[in-house]
Amino acid sequence: MTVLEQRGAYRPSPPPAWQPRMDPAPLLPDAEPYRVLGTEAAGKADPGLLRRLYAQLVRGRRYNTQATALTKQGRLAVYPSSTGQEACEVAAALALEERDWLFPSYRDTLAVVARGVDPAEALTLLRGDWHSGYDPYAHRVAPLSTPLATQLPHAVGLAHAARLKGDDVVTLAMVGDGGTSEGDFHEALNFAAVWQAPVVFLVQNNGFAISVPLAKQTAAPSLAHKAVGYGMPGRLVDGNDAVAVHEVLSDAVRHARAGGGPTLVEAVTYRIDAHTNADDATRYREDAEVAAWRAHDPVQLLERELTTRGLLDEAGIEAARQDAETMAAELRDRMNQDPELDPMDLFDHVYAETTAQLREQRALLRAELEAEQEQHGEQEGGAR
Amino acid sequence: MTTVAVKPATMAQALTRAMRDAMAADPTVHVMGEDVGTLGGVFRVTDGLAKEFGEDRCTDTPLAEAGILGTAVGMAMYGLRPVVEMQFDAFAYPAFEQLISHVSRMRNRTRGRMPLPITVRVPYGGGIGGVEHHSDSSEAYYMATPGLHVVTPATVADAYGLLRQAIASDDPVVFLEPKRLYWSKDTWNPEQPTDVEPIGRAVVRRPGSTATLITYGPSLPVCLEAAEAARAEGWDLEVVDLRSLVPFDDETVCAAVRRTGRAVVVHESTGFGGPGGEIAARITERCFHHLEAPVLRVAGFDIPYPPPMLERHHLPGVDRILDAVARLQWEAEG
Ligand SMILES: Cc1ncc(C[n+]2csc(CCOP(=O)(O)OP(=O)(O)O)c2C)c(N)n1
Repeated sequence: MTVLEQRGAYRPSPPPAWQPRMDPAPLLPDAEPYRVLGTEAAGKADPGLLRRLYAQLVRGRRYNTQATALTKQGRLAVYPSSTGQEACEVAAALALEERDWLFPSYRDTLAVVARGVDPAEALTLLRGDWHSGYDPYAHRVAPLSTPLATQLPHAVGLAHAARLKGDDVVTLAMVGDGGTSEGDFHEALNFAAVWQAPVVFLVQNNGFAISVPLAKQTAAPSLAHKAVGYGMPGRLVDGNDAVAVHEVLSDAVRHARAGGGPTLVEAVTYRIDAHTNADDATRYREDAEVAAWRAHDPVQLLERELTTRGLLDEAGIEAARQDAETMAAELRDRMNQDPELDPMDLFDHVYAETTAQLREQRALLRAELEAEQEQHGEQEGGAR
Repeated sequence: MTTVAVKPATMAQALTRAMRDAMAADPTVHVMGEDVGTLGGVFRVTDGLAKEFGEDRCTDTPLAEAGILGTAVGMAMYGLRPVVEMQFDAFAYPAFEQLISHVSRMRNRTRGRMPLPITVRVPYGGGIGGVEHHSDSSEAYYMATPGLHVVTPATVADAYGLLRQAIASDDPVVFLEPKRLYWSKDTWNPEQPTDVEPIGRAVVRRPGSTATLITYGPSLPVCLEAAEAARAEGWDLEVVDLRSLVPFDDETVCAAVRRTGRAVVVHESTGFGGPGGEIAARITERCFHHLEAPVLRVAGFDIPYPPPMLERHHLPGVDRILDAVARLQWEAEG
């Protein structure tokens, strides 16, 4: 006789009613990445927008090749190229209003520049003369984040604060596919959804986190699917289709601004170059895979659309190229100048008010530098 | 003791060899971390391990430091010996929760029933021109956490020997690899590695009589260089390589300080709240009556690690060390 039987007839009562707190279906991403270029929808795209996107794409591509060249000349310590991902970068910047904020990851220099940050200042981190050279408030661009996904909670916090203040500011937070594995990614998404914060998360799924392919990063059907678990919509978009990315991001931004809460967008793209100039990509991927993605080039895709619609001719292409060349030449010149460094800067921005210890250390360094200079002077004097 | 050198080996090669030999000797040793498999790690320190031992024993993990160390805890609970790689010093911080709340105290919490034999390898320190977050010296955080061993080799032989000992240790070891010494070479025979002193023992790398430099990891070669340069001043400097910050070898350090009566602690981590403060205090407590001068520290400035173009001003160099030694000579100079 079991315990239950002892107590008389056991009649299980029906469990309390359960239903999902919301219908998950509308949150689920499409089965296929959303595309515009090469489809009928492309015909409806605004020509002005197409031209703006194109100009920025061409500039972005040129910026990548120029920065990579600068690493070879020793002018940049390192550069993580976003060649192949320019559509995501450009659309990210163009989807925002001026009052909105961008929270970039370390690979997102192009988005930062497209927001208006000085192209050379955007490279101080990678050149090594300072960590984040630009003023984040000037263009509402947070410093490039090197630790992965750690900037995402910041984006949520800023968006939340803006809403508390009654400002209709949206933040766009960018992260790589690898970064989605970090705890901070999950915490940021959860906060954003619970607070219904006006944030858009853009995952650039470029296939790899350094050498680790997506299959070893996640077992999810797609990264966009992760959204549903937090209670926000997930969108899947072709990351090489600048128009599609722009449309999806703009929708998400509008949705957030209107009080609809956060969206997670996964842009499916590919990292054409190695992780950085210091990486050897042949160790972990085949050339054929790279070649296939080269054929789906974001610049070419848009260029074809514009030319077939008669919105761009040879002269227009040449003009865009020239504009990019000018930008690259300026960047080259700026970067070829030795940065003016004052070692005393080391102590200037550690605290709002410096400490006695730092003053002491400052004096020590100054004395060292003066001694160095004196020695240098003596040597020069001796040579004369 | 003479080492028969086949050809010079780098510290990175010695570390790889240590993991390889440990994996071959003990099937419970597992290597895991970001990019450690196919790529062989961003510094190639795990190169070839996945090929030789398979992906189950040398595993590319998802990109999540807390997850890497947290799963290592569970693996260690079940009898494995995880060797975890944190890609860079500043990227280990997401794993601090696991390290401090669990890894360091599991033995203590369970009255010794659940030891965690985990080795956490962390490339650390500056001097390689790395951008922000790639040059931190985080040893003071680890040192301040009871239950962790904190070990840092400065020679090729120690890289091998100490890592083998760390992996074999039944306690968690934070194994700090001075990344700017990865490519430093020494005559060392990987086929017949000779024993090195155990974890917890400091070693006098250069005997001297004027003053004792106490250092470890990336600053050891700088101190040896300073000792060479000091000869021009008529100073004969002793150099002690700590090798292990926890446990700390008071005996060797104090014996060395008593011999010379003067001590300078050198490290590139910040001075305030840094390892040097602890070391200086211990020396003062134990050797006060033998000291001819206060124990000095030559450390990195108390600032966030600077951008690469300015790091040479931050890192303790030969001149800064010699200046400190000069300040110790007040009595000698009358
Ligand atoms: C917290 C943290 N861990 C490790 C690293 C080292 N790291 C830099 S980039 C990178 C791969 C990032 O991959 P992903 O997020 O896919 O972005 P992608 O490089 O592809 O743009 C890693 C592991 C880091 N920057 N931050």
